[in-house]
Amino acid sequence: MSGLDVERIRKDFPVLSRELPGGRPLIYLDSGNSSQKPVQVIEAMREHLTMHYSNVGRAHHALGAESTEAYEDARDKVAAFVGAPSRDEVIFTKNASEAINLVAYAFGNPLNTDERFRLAPGDEIVITEMEHHSNIVPWQFAAQRSGATLRWFGVTDEGRLDLSNLDELVNERTKIVAFAHQSNVLGTVNSISPILARARQVGALVLLDSSQAVPHKKVDVAELGVDFIAFTGHKMVGPSGIGVLWGKSELLNAMPPFLGGGEMIEAVWMDHSTYAPLPHKFEAGTPPIVEAVGLGAAVDYLSEIGMPEIKAWEQHLTGYALEALQEISGLQVIGPRTLVARGGTVSFTLKTSGGMDIHPHDVGQVLDDVFGIAVRVGHHCARPLHLRFGIPATTRASLYLYNTTDEIDALVRGLRHVQKVFE
Amino acid sequence: MITESMYQELILEHYKHPQGRGLREPYDTEVHHVNPTCGDEITLRVKVESGKVADVSYEGQGCSISQAAASVLHELTAGATVTESLTVVDEFTRLMQGRGKVEADEEVLGDAIAFAGVAKFPARVKCALLAWMAYKDAVVRSS
Repeated sequence: MSGLDVERIRKDFPVLSRELPGGRPLIYLDSGNSSQKPVQVIEAMREHLTMHYSNVGRAHHALGAESTEAYEDARDKVAAFVGAPSRDEVIFTKNASEAINLVAYAFGNPLNTDERFRLAPGDEIVITEMEHHSNIVPWQFAAQRSGATLRWFGVTDEGRLDLSNLDELVNERTKIVAFAHQSNVLGTVNSISPILARARQVGALVLLDSSQAVPHKKVDVAELGVDFIAFTGHKMVGPSGIGVLWGKSELLNAMPPFLGGGEMIEAVWMDHSTYAPLPHKFEAGTPPIVEAVGLGAAVDYLSEIGMPEIKAWEQHLTGYALEALQEISGLQVIGPRTLVARGGTVSFTLKTSGGMDIHPHDVGQVLDDVFGIAVRVGHHCARPLHLRFGIPATTRASLYLYNTTDEIDALVRGLRHVQKVFE
Repeated sequence: MITESMYQELILEHYKHPQGRGLREPYDTEVHHVNPTCGDEITLRVKVESGKVADVSYEGQGCSISQAAASVLHELTAGATVTESLTVVDEFTRLMQGRGKVEADEEVLGDAIAFAGVAKFPARVKCALLAWMAYKDAVVRSS
C-alpha cells in the first residue's frame, strides 16, 4: 500500500510495542472501542498541563489567555477537520453520548420555543435497530418524557438498513431521524442520502452518530447535508473525556440550552438568566481543557497522515481480514461480507469443528491470555442488534491505521487455537 | 500461561459434560438470573425436602465459565443439607470476590476450587457466580 507507512506510524504509538505479562506481544484489535494514542497527542497534553494550564474563558491572566487560546484553537482544528462552516458550530461535550443527549433534551423541552423541537403525543422519532445504546436510550427518554412514539428501521440479514418502508416510517409526524453513520458492530456504512431526502420532504431533522466514521475517513458536514453529527475524541487517537456535537448554527441557536452553569450564561439574576452565544451556550462549567488540546493534536496527527490514506489502508486491512476470517470453518461474520460500503469493524460468531457455539467471552479470554490479542466481546452496546440476529454476543475485531496484516494472521491463528481448546 | 490456570481441565470437562442439566419436576422455587453485561442467563429450580436439597435443576446459556459453574454447583449441592450447601456458596463467593488473593478451603469447595484462577479476572467473576447467586436466591425463597 502506498501513501501510508505503517511501520513509522506504529512507532508513534509506544503501547503497540509493549509486552504483556508472560512475554506476550500486544495485538490491539479493539480501536472501535477506544483507540490508542500517539506520542504527539500525549506530548501536547503533557505540555499544556506542564506549562500553560489554567481555567479557560474566565481567567484574566497570562496563563488564562494561553489556556483559552489552546482550547479555542482545538475548536478551530476540529471545525476544519469536519468541514464545519463555522467554528461556533462545534460544541465540546464529554463524549458522543452527551452530544446526542444534548440534542435529545432539546426536544419537548419546556424551555423550547421552536416548532421543530416541539415533541408531543402523535409526534415520532425514528432511529434504527443497529444503533449503539447511546443513540437509542436518549430517544427512549425523549419519547417517554413527551408521549411521542419511537420507531426504527430494521436491519437486513446482510447487516444493511432495511429502507423498504422508508416513506411510511419517515412521515409528516417525524420530528427527527437519528442513525449511525457507520455501525459499531456490523461495520456497515449507511447510505445517508435516501433517508436525508425523505426527512427533508417531511420537514424532519437528521442527526448522524458519526463516532465510528470520523476517525476513519474524511467527513465533511457541509457535504453530508445533515443537521447534527456526534462523535468522540477517544476513538480518533485523542483522549477520552471529550466528545463533539456539530450542529447547524441556525438550529443550535434555536435550541434551548442543555446543562446550566458557569460560562454558558450571558447574565444571571436570581430569578432568570440569559445565555451566552454559541458555542459556549452549550458548554456549562469548566470544560475538558486538556482533553480538547489532546483532541486538537489528534486531528493534526490524522490530517498529517491524511484521511484518504487512512481509509485506503483500512480498506486493504478489512478486505484481508474478511477473506482470512471466512476461511475458518465455523466462523460466521455478522455484517456485510464484502468491502462494499463497510468499514474495518468485523464481528463474528465461532463454533468448534463439532458445531458447538463458543461463547465470545471464551474466545476473547483465550485470544488475550495466549496471544495477547485484544478484541471486544459481548454486545458492544448494541443489544437490540444482537437480539435481531438471535445471538447474545459476538467477538469483534476493529481495525485502525496502525494495524497490520500480520496482526490479522495472528488473529486467525488465535481463533483456530480457541476452536481446539473447546473442541 | 494464564489461560491454563483459568480454563482448568476440570472446568472444560464440566462445560463439555454438564452435570444435572435440564429443568426437572417437582420443585419449590424457580428463579431466572441474567448477567446483563454479557447476556449469560440461567433458570434454576430447587427442591428442598426436610432440610435437604433434593434436587437442583437448571437450564442456561453462556460462556464456559458460567455453564461449568452451574454444573459444579449441582454436584456440590444436590443431596447436601441446605445449611451445608450455603456454607459452600459462601466459601465460593469469598473465593470469587477475593481478586485472586484468597486461600480457599479445598475441603469445602471440592471441584469448585478449579475456579480459583477466574477470581483474577474481574470481568469473569460474575460469570462464575451467576448460577451460585441464583441458587442462593432460590433457597432463600423456598424457606
